[in-house]
Amino acid sequence: MAHIAYREALGQAMSEEMRRDEKVFLMGEEVGFYQGAFKVSRGMLEEFGPMRVIDTPITEAGFTGVGIGAAMVGLRPIIEMMTFNFSILAMDQIINNAAKVRSMSGGQFTVPMVVRGPGGSAARLAAQHSQSLESLYCHIAGLKVIAPSVPKDAKGLLKSAIRDNNPVICFEAQALYGTMGEVPEGEYTIPIGVADVKREGKDVTLIAWSKMLLLCLRTAEELAKQGIDAEVVDPRTLRPLDMETILQSVRKTNRVVIVEEAWPYASVGAEIADRITHEALDILDAPVERVTGVDAPIPYAKNLEQAALPSPEKIIQAVKKVMYLE
Amino acid sequence: MTSKQKMPLIEFLRQMVLIRRFEEKAAEMYALGKIAGFCHLYIGEEAVAVGAIGAANPDDYIVTAYRDHGHALARGLEPKRVMAELFGKATGVSKGMGGSMHLFDAGKNFMGGYAIVGGHIPVATGIGFAMKYEKKDQVVLCFFGEGSVPSGNFHEALNLASLWRLPVVYICENNRFGMGTPVERSSAVYDIAHAARAHDMPFHHIDGMDVTDVYTQMQKIIEAVRKSKRPIFVEARTYRYMGHSMSDPAHGHYRTKAEIDEQKKRDPILTLQQQLLEKKEITKEEIAKMEREIQDIVQESVEFADKSPEPPLEALTEYVYAP
Ligand SMILES: Cc1ncc(C[n+]2csc(CCOP(=O)(O)OP(=O)(O)O)c2C)c(N)n1
Ligand SMILES: [Mg+2]
Repeated sequence: MAHIAYREALGQAMSEEMRRDEKVFLMGEEVGFYQGAFKVSRGMLEEFGPMRVIDTPITEAGFTGVGIGAAMVGLRPIIEMMTFNFSILAMDQIINNAAKVRSMSGGQFTVPMVVRGPGGSAARLAAQHSQSLESLYCHIAGLKVIAPSVPKDAKGLLKSAIRDNNPVICFEAQALYGTMGEVPEGEYTIPIGVADVKREGKDVTLIAWSKMLLLCLRTAEELAKQGIDAEVVDPRTLRPLDMETILQSVRKTNRVVIVEEAWPYASVGAEIADRITHEALDILDAPVERVTGVDAPIPYAKNLEQAALPSPEKIIQAVKKVMYLE
Repeated sequence: MTSKQKMPLIEFLRQMVLIRRFEEKAAEMYALGKIAGFCHLYIGEEAVAVGAIGAANPDDYIVTAYRDHGHALARGLEPKRVMAELFGKATGVSKGMGGSMHLFDAGKNFMGGYAIVGGHIPVATGIGFAMKYEKKDQVVLCFFGEGSVPSGNFHEALNLASLWRLPVVYICENNRFGMGTPVERSSAVYDIAHAARAHDMPFHHIDGMDVTDVYTQMQKIIEAVRKSKRPIFVEARTYRYMGHSMSDPAHGHYRTKAEIDEQKKRDPILTLQQQLLEKKEITKEEIAKMEREIQDIVQESVEFADKSPEPPLEALTEYVYAP
């Protein structure tokens, strides 16, 4: 096992895949000379050269579309969004082209492309730079969406994403890039569509991904001190969703709290809650609770930003609600 | 000089020094954690906002990107309320909701700082559209970095403005870099102003390090737009001294310290001070006095921001929908 940072795990995944397959290349803003806005691609330009590690102008729609075209004729692009806020400019390409070319062509063309970068809130960046947009992408048939929370998953899932023959959207997080974790030595992948129980418990199931997963693990320790044994399930892949692992946990605990940073309206958490309710209503001891970001653009002011986001207190309150401990 | 009145150079000097000292203080406050998130300094580029906004009428509209402190102060937004915004306080120009990148002041037709590169250019064009629709005389000044020139938003907006004859001045602040990427690695057109050609829009180059040049050219340009109701493109060649934002290096992979030092020889403030001293339009004592007055304003701004309250919790959802 190696102890490495999340950003390094992603960098290793890309580099290993680029060594393995010369069709794979990385393209995005500041990925080369600048070594990546968040240093995920550090050293890659030096190793692979400017034809495979490509700095782009600030033209998200353009270079994402270029990635799609290249993928349709056999290349395997990794498109880095400096942050997912800017992917909004590329949404037409992702939704109308990447996600649909295979269907529209009756299966003649595929788009093996990864779009990756940090999503979610980041400290005090205000409304246009602090958004969790995963549900927008999860809405789209034809896309796969992953959101790893720890270095091991980041590396294994990103490698699978690069090898996948479909467009895969990979949500990372600025706050996660520096977090450390164990990563297996040598070659490994983690399959898309398989959830992971990050902490075993018997009283309540917490479901969260990306940065919120870490928040749930911390909160679970807090809950343990209060005598509540929480199980923490990390879907890791948001589309397709591993309902079996989630339901297994729910069968054990009979109580669920879903924690996500995104807005509550039509979110991934809402989807998961709906599926649990539909598939496991009889085993639920309480309605599924959701802790989400507040339904508003994130303000800059420190106190408002804090109030806008999920917190241990909000999670504990939700847990107590499903356990009827209020 | 074609203008009716004498060039207000002393006032321009005062504004440029205010912006410079204000931002130096903001950098200090950032280091102390009083300001957080993204904070993009305009140091080195002051002549562009001061000369251009100085040439506009007070009710002409200003729209800009996230590097917006200079434009806000040049438009006359209160320094203490701008600082309070940077501190995220209720007394800030955007009530603490926006922070450094999102300064707004409706009362001063200051239509905002926007953080998605190129995203505000169509918005500025829309304000121009409204001026035409309402048969108003105002002009829109839209500022943006050269980094947004390759974007679709830029080209869509310029085509619309030219096609529909909208009263907008598009001012590209070409500071040579978008983050760590020099213009020659991001734009196929090195002479940025030529990007306007594709849209049959007249264009001008101005020296963004020389407030006199900015002002004299912008006066003519703004009045031409006001009269002809046709947009004009301006490329102001300027230079950013600091890193892209507080967390980015001033130099490193993308440029050398020597390059920055070379550019600083054309510093817009020192240049103007020198010119005014030579023409005996200002004395060293007057410059020192101006400095002291500005230091006081900046210090008061910090004190005001520091003791201002945070926004109330209701503000979190209060402004999401209009009633
Ligand atoms: C659409 C979009 N993509 C990427 C970014 C990240 N970003 C912020 S500023 C910047 C560079 C912009 O450079 P330029 O337009 O020249 O303005 P300057 O910062 O030099 O004033 C980048 C890439 C963004 N804010 N918006
Ligand atoms: Mg620039």
